[in-house]
Amino acid sequence: MNANPSTVSYLEDKKGIWNWLTTVDHKKIGLMYLVLILGSFLVGGILAMLVRLELISPGEDFYSADTYNRFFTMHGVVMIFLFIIPSIPAALGNFVLPLMVGAKDVAFPRLNLASWYVYVVGLLLAFWALLYGGVDTGWTFYTPYSSEIQGPVAMIGLAVFILGFSSILTGLNFIVTIHKLRLPGITWFNMPLFLWGMYATAIIQILATPVIGITMVLLLFERLSGIGIFDPSMGGDPVLFQHFFWFYSHPAVYIMILPAMAIVSELISTFSHKKIFGYKAIAYSSVAIALISFLVWGHHMFTSGQSRFAAMVFSFLTFGVAIPSAIKVFNWLATLYKGSISLETPMLYGLSFLFLFTIGGLTGLFLGTLAVDVHLHDTYFVVAHFHYVMFGGTVVAFIGGLHYWWPKMVGKMFNETWGKIGAVLVFLGFNFTFMPQFIAGFRGMPRRYYTYGEEFTVYNVLSSLGAFLLGIAFVIVGINLVMSLINGKKASKNPWKSLSLEWETQTPPITENFEVDPVITHGPYDYDKVEVQ
Amino acid sequence: MSSSFHVAHHFSDAEQQRESAKLGMWVFLLTEILLFGGVFVAYAVFRVWYPDMFYNAHKALDVTMGTVNTAVLIVSSLTVALGIREIQLGRQKQCTRYLLATIVLACVFLVIKYFEYAHKIHLGQLPGKFYTFDGIAGTNPHVFFSIYFLLTGIHAFHILIGISLLTWVMIKNMKGHFSAQYFTPVEITGLYWHLVDLIWIFLFPLLYLIG
Ligand SMILES: [Cu+2]
Repeated sequence: MNANPSTVSYLEDKKGIWNWLTTVDHKKIGLMYLVLILGSFLVGGILAMLVRLELISPGEDFYSADTYNRFFTMHGVVMIFLFIIPSIPAALGNFVLPLMVGAKDVAFPRLNLASWYVYVVGLLLAFWALLYGGVDTGWTFYTPYSSEIQGPVAMIGLAVFILGFSSILTGLNFIVTIHKLRLPGITWFNMPLFLWGMYATAIIQILATPVIGITMVLLLFERLSGIGIFDPSMGGDPVLFQHFFWFYSHPAVYIMILPAMAIVSELISTFSHKKIFGYKAIAYSSVAIALISFLVWGHHMFTSGQSRFAAMVFSFLTFGVAIPSAIKVFNWLATLYKGSISLETPMLYGLSFLFLFTIGGLTGLFLGTLAVDVHLHDTYFVVAHFHYVMFGGTVVAFIGGLHYWWPKMVGKMFNETWGKIGAVLVFLGFNFTFMPQFIAGFRGMPRRYYTYGEEFTVYNVLSSLGAFLLGIAFVIVGINLVMSLINGKKASKNPWKSLSLEWETQTPPITENFEVDPVITHGPYDYDKVEVQ
Repeated sequence: MSSSFHVAHHFSDAEQQRESAKLGMWVFLLTEILLFGGVFVAYAVFRVWYPDMFYNAHKALDVTMGTVNTAVLIVSSLTVALGIREIQLGRQKQCTRYLLATIVLACVFLVIKYFEYAHKIHLGQLPGKFYTFDGIAGTNPHVFFSIYFLLTGIHAFHILIGISLLTWVMIKNMKGHFSAQYFTPVEITGLYWHLVDLIWIFLFPLLYLIG
C-alpha cells in the first residue's frame, strides 16, 4: 500500500494492465468503456464516410450496391449498439454518477465490471461479423428477409442480445445506486439533474432492453431452427417482428437522448452561472419521456399495415412525447436568460445541442403526422431527422460532456482554442451534412440506395462534403484531447466553477472518491446563494 | 453492528447493503418478466389468429405431467421460503436441508419435462419446419409447438440457472458463510426462484388448459 493513500489519484493508485482489467473502481471502468466506445465511434464514422463517398455522385462509383448495403447497415449497428447507447451512461455516467451522489462506488461494483466484459464480448462478436462480410439488412433486421439471407445475421443478433445485457446491468446498477447510495442531504430534488436523466434512462434500459433480447433470440431460432413465427409462408407474422423491434427501439432512442438532455442541464446551468430554471419540470419531464416512450412505437409502422385506429393513437401519443421534450428546451432557454454565460468549449456543445435537437425534435413531428409520414416514410427526411436527434443531439452532448468532465477524469486541461475550433467545426460540418438531406428527402429521395436520380446530385454533393468536414472536425477534437494527455496544463479541482458535488473532490479523484463523506451545504444549482471558490 | 465484517467498503452499513441487493434483484426480475413478455405476446397473437388449432394442439400436451410439475414447483417455492426462514433464525443445518430439497424438486421438474419433450420429439410434434406429426386439425399446428417449446424451453433454462444459484448458496451455507446477521444471497436467490415458479404458474394454464 502507498504511504499516503488518501491523496493518491485513482489513476496513480494500482497501476498496470492487470489491475485495470480486474478493477471494480467505477472511474476506471468508465474510462475502459470510454476507450472502446470511442473506438466504435471511429469505426462507425469510417463506415459513414464510405457511405457518403459512394453517394458523392449518382450511379455506382467506388463499390457495388451490395457492399453499400453492408456499409450502411454496419454503420447503423456499430453506431447505435456499440457507440450511442452505452456512450453517455456507461462511460461518462459510470464515472460521474457515484461522485454526484457522494458514494464511493456504484451499488454493485463487480457487476459493473461484468457489464464491461459483457460489452467486450458483444463488441468482438459484432466486429467479427463485420470482418466476416457484415450484413445488409439495415440495422432494423426486418424479417422475413433477415431470417432467410446468407451472412452472419445470427452473429450480429447474438451481439445485440449480449450488448443489451450489458446495458441492462448498467441501468440496474444506476437505479440501485441512486435509490440507496445517496449521501444524507442529497434528496431526490436536491440532486443534479444529470441523475434524473440517468434514472429515467435506466428505467428504459430495464424495461425495454429485455424485449430486444427476446426478439433477437426469436430471430436466432427463426434462422437456426426455422420456428417460423415471423415467416408468413409458415403461418407466422413478420409484422410481429416489427412490433417487437420497435417496442425496444423507440424507447431506445430515449436511452440515447435522455442522457444527452441530462448532460445539457448540467452544461447550461454551470456555464450560465445561474440556478437552473424549472428544476422539477426538467426532472419530471425526464420520467414522463421515459414512460410515454413505451407507447409510441407504432409510429415506425404507419406504412406497415397496422390498423388505421392504431395508427391514429400512435400518432397522437407521439405528439404527446414531444411535450416533455419541449418543456426541457424552454427551461434551458429560461436558464440562459440573464445568465452570465461563458462560452467555453463544453458550453458551445451545449448550445449546439439546443439548436440541433430542436430541429431534430420538430422534424419528428412531421414524421409523427400520419398523412405527412406516408410521403416522407423511408426518405432522406427520416435519415436527416434521426441524425439531428441522435448526432446533433446525443453525440454533440456526449462530446460536450466529455470536454466538461475531461479535466476531472484525466487531470489535464485540453487546449481551449482548439476545443472551440473543434466545436464550431462539428456544428458547421453537421449542418452541412444533414440539412441538405431534409430537402432531398422532402423531394422524394428514398433512403438506403447506393444511387439516386440526377436531380438530387446537389444535395448529395453538399452532404458528402459536409461529412468530410465533420470528419476533419472530429480529428481535431480527437487530437486536442489526446494532446492534453501529453502536454495539457494540470487541471484544478473545479475548472468550470460548478457547484455540483463531483467538483468538490480532488482532480483526478482518489479511488474512494472523497477523503471523508462530504457534508452537503448547498444544492447543485444554488448559484444565487453560494459563491464558488 | 457485529455483522460489519460482511459489509463491502462502499456501503455505510449492513442494512444499506441488504436493501441494495434486494432492490437490485427486484429490478432484475422486472427484466425477466419483460423477456418472457415477448413470447407471451407472440402466444396471444397466434392464439387469436388460430383459436381452433390452439385448442386442438393443446390436447397433445400431457395434463397429468403438467399438473405434477406445477405441484413440484409450488412445493419448491415453499421449501426455499422455509430455507430463508431457517437462516434468518440462524439455523444453518436446517437451511441447507431446505435448499437441498428445493434443488431436488427442481431436478424432478426437469426430469418430468424431459419425458414430456422426449415423447413429443418421438411423435414429431416439433417447432416450425421440424414438425412432422399429422394428427392435429387446424391451420399451422407447428406454430403452437414453436411457442410451446420456446416458452417451456426458456423457462427450463431459467430452472437450470436457478439450480446453479441454489447449489452455490447451499455450498456457501455449508461452509458457514451465512448467519442470522447475513443471509442476503440466500434471500435474493429465493426471490429469483419464486419468479421462475411464478412464470410456470402462468405457462401451465396458457399451454395445458386451453378451454
Ligand atoms: Cu420512434
